[in-house]
Amino acid sequence: MLLETAGLTKRFGGVTAVNAVDLAVDERTTLGLIGPNGAGKTTLINLVSGVLVADEGTIRFAGADVTRERAHRLAARGIARTFQGVRVFKGLSALDNVLIGAHTQLRPDVLTRLVPSRRPAETVDALALLERVGLGRARAHALAGELPYGDQRRLEIARALASRPRLLILDEPAAGMNATESAALRGLMRSLVAEGLTIILIEHDVRLVMGACDRVVVLNFGRKIADAAPAEIQRDPVVREAYLGSEDAA
Amino acid sequence: MDVVLDFLRTYATAIAVIGISALLALSVWLTLYAGQLTLGNAAFMGVGAYVSALLGRHLDTPFPLALLAGAITAGIVAVPLGVTVFRLRGVYLAIATLAFGEVVRVILLATPITGKGQGLNGIPPKTELWQIYLSLAVVAYVLWRVQGSTVGRAWAAIREDELASASQGIDVGRFKLAAFVIGALIAGWSGGLSAHLTFSIDPSDFGFSKAVQILVFAIVGGIPNVLGPIVGAALFTALPEILRPLKDYRDIFQGLILLGVIVFLPRGLVTFLDVRRTRKLEQIGAADVA
Amino acid sequence: MVEQLYNAVFVGSIYALFALGFALVFSVLDILNLAHPTTFMLGAFAAYFAMATLGLPWYAAAVVAFLACGAFGVVLDRVAFAPLRRRSAPALSAMISSLAVSLIVVRLVELRYGGDFITFPAGVVPSLVLRLGDAVLEGIRLGIIVLSIVLMLGLTYVVRRTQLGRDLRALAENPRAARILGVDVDRAIAATFFVSSALGGLAGVLLAFAYNTLDSKMGLPLELRAFTVMVVGGMGSLPGAVIGAYILGLGEVASLVYLPTELRDAFAFGLLFLVLVVRPTGLLGQRSADRV
Repeated sequence: MLLETAGLTKRFGGVTAVNAVDLAVDERTTLGLIGPNGAGKTTLINLVSGVLVADEGTIRFAGADVTRERAHRLAARGIARTFQGVRVFKGLSALDNVLIGAHTQLRPDVLTRLVPSRRPAETVDALALLERVGLGRARAHALAGELPYGDQRRLEIARALASRPRLLILDEPAAGMNATESAALRGLMRSLVAEGLTIILIEHDVRLVMGACDRVVVLNFGRKIADAAPAEIQRDPVVREAYLGSEDAA
Repeated sequence: MDVVLDFLRTYATAIAVIGISALLALSVWLTLYAGQLTLGNAAFMGVGAYVSALLGRHLDTPFPLALLAGAITAGIVAVPLGVTVFRLRGVYLAIATLAFGEVVRVILLATPITGKGQGLNGIPPKTELWQIYLSLAVVAYVLWRVQGSTVGRAWAAIREDELASASQGIDVGRFKLAAFVIGALIAGWSGGLSAHLTFSIDPSDFGFSKAVQILVFAIVGGIPNVLGPIVGAALFTALPEILRPLKDYRDIFQGLILLGVIVFLPRGLVTFLDVRRTRKLEQIGAADVA
Repeated sequence: MVEQLYNAVFVGSIYALFALGFALVFSVLDILNLAHPTTFMLGAFAAYFAMATLGLPWYAAAVVAFLACGAFGVVLDRVAFAPLRRRSAPALSAMISSLAVSLIVVRLVELRYGGDFITFPAGVVPSLVLRLGDAVLEGIRLGIIVLSIVLMLGLTYVVRRTQLGRDLRALAENPRAARILGVDVDRAIAATFFVSSALGGLAGVLLAFAYNTLDSKMGLPLELRAFTVMVVGGMGSLPGAVIGAYILGLGEVASLVYLPTELRDAFAFGLLFLVLVVRPTGLLGQRSADRV
């Protein structure tokens, strides 16, 4: 069990965004996290990745209690993520974005840099990652903010992968992607898991979730209302109620 | 060669002041590069000036040691500042650093040993031109090399997006503190050099207008690289000299030039060389400072 | 004691008028107008010019100064801020360009009137003395307090109940949406600067009347105090600026009495730093201090 949460709760003022959520994610699996808008998916992710601190409950990662640890410590432990709405470093090049992603893997080289020398291996690795997500070396020196949206998404994934994480959290990576692109994303995810990575995927794209995930957790109003294999989730009346119910209200 | 030596001799003081201004601008450059707007470096300069001058006078400390002590004291003073303000951004941060700087200055004003309002006089003129420019060269070189290192990239990332930076494993608080402290060290060192150049100092030399002046040098010069602050400092320190023939109208022209530069090259003079990149930055609305 | 309270309220009123203008520009446009203290000084000198050179009575001179500074504000925006907005320049550039304008204007004033203190022509500024029990109070300060309160109420009315006020609030909230919704952004910005600078200039006139002196550097102490007032009251909050101003006024007069000279300034800055560290949004601020 790579990641476990027990009774995880987060409140904002009078609203309980995440309500006593229990999660269990096995290594080398892909967990889908779905639910209507406002169900608390991103808040849950923010808790797990250390952006927010939980009010109640615990988080265990690779056997260690990381409940109180903040984002940069968790990144060093091997949790990486992308953001809803893409947060690349716009004013920096694509290559620099990935190099920064590798921050936890690189030894601080301030002293060695004082003596001019050739660029070390880190650049080679970064360029390889850009290739892998489909960006290619040609774009390495383009400003991240100038890249088309889809490329920025891919860049964010490359940046997350640069830290050689054990757990990769993708927050709506397929938003705005067409069928070809999301198929490519699915392929990438499969190959990453085959290499030993564990993935948590927040998505609205039903086909991607059903096709790529081993298990699916459904949130509604901050509570977990279902936790099963994709096929069962599709048949679950409680889940349908949650989605249809919210459609009625919309 | 003679012409050069003559020039140097006549304008020795001006050239020295340019060097020190450039050092001060570099002290602020680092924090700006990390996205932190600081107005506290004039106070750190003051700390360095007073500590080095007092050590020389009362304990007969050798010059380099006194300078070092001044710089380190400034660095130590910067720690509580860096730690308390790391949650603040933009304008709030600027004002907080300004307030901190003013409190430091008032303390200098109130402590008897500093001579209070009268300041310190009769500081031996130990500073030589080569010391200033050697310091400048070393600091500029080190900062330039650091910019391309993992640490430099981390600072750039913090400037762009603190949340995303933290998620990549960057300890944002520690890096910001480092930027503050290093900036304070450089400012303190410059303060020591300045004190032994101008023979006397008093707290009003290190107040709001000095802090703003340093910031102007750096921003008008430009933040993308180390050259910017140096160019900014050189230009605006030399300008009063160049405009001397204009006498009473000098300040007006200086203001007009400053206005012209900032309106046409809002990201600084050095962006003139890289207009293409700057336009792109504008289009994507990136990075408030760089 | 009564005298001190009276002075504190008077000083607070001046700070309030000044800070209101400053806060108005910040709340609508998100920039720190570092030329505001210069506008303060300009107001005083405009009144002086009106009285000494044009021979106008003091009340007319005050109106002239009010209008002249308002106009100056609009010009300031056109010259220093509008071009930067067009280029989506970083906020820092706006601070520097306003600084540059300050340099120019201060120098121009000094060229005409010199850098030393000058006083108004004798007898032109009315001088009243009130007695309240044992206390001897300067009547003109009461007038200033009353006028300030009237102006603040007037501004509140404009902001809350007029179309212009609605436009300004829309602009402050979300500039792009405001434009789409049909707000005449240019007109709103010009109005913001007019009001802001007119108030700032008037504050200068009133202070000059009260002390019967003016000089080219009179705006400088105001600059730092304006920061304190805005932070304590809450950046971008107009009522906050007013409350902050009176708190500062009271605090300063109190520290005058209880603290040695050197530490007096420390009060304003210590307070400033404390508020920023503990509660950056101040008393009434709505913006998060995390917004750049």
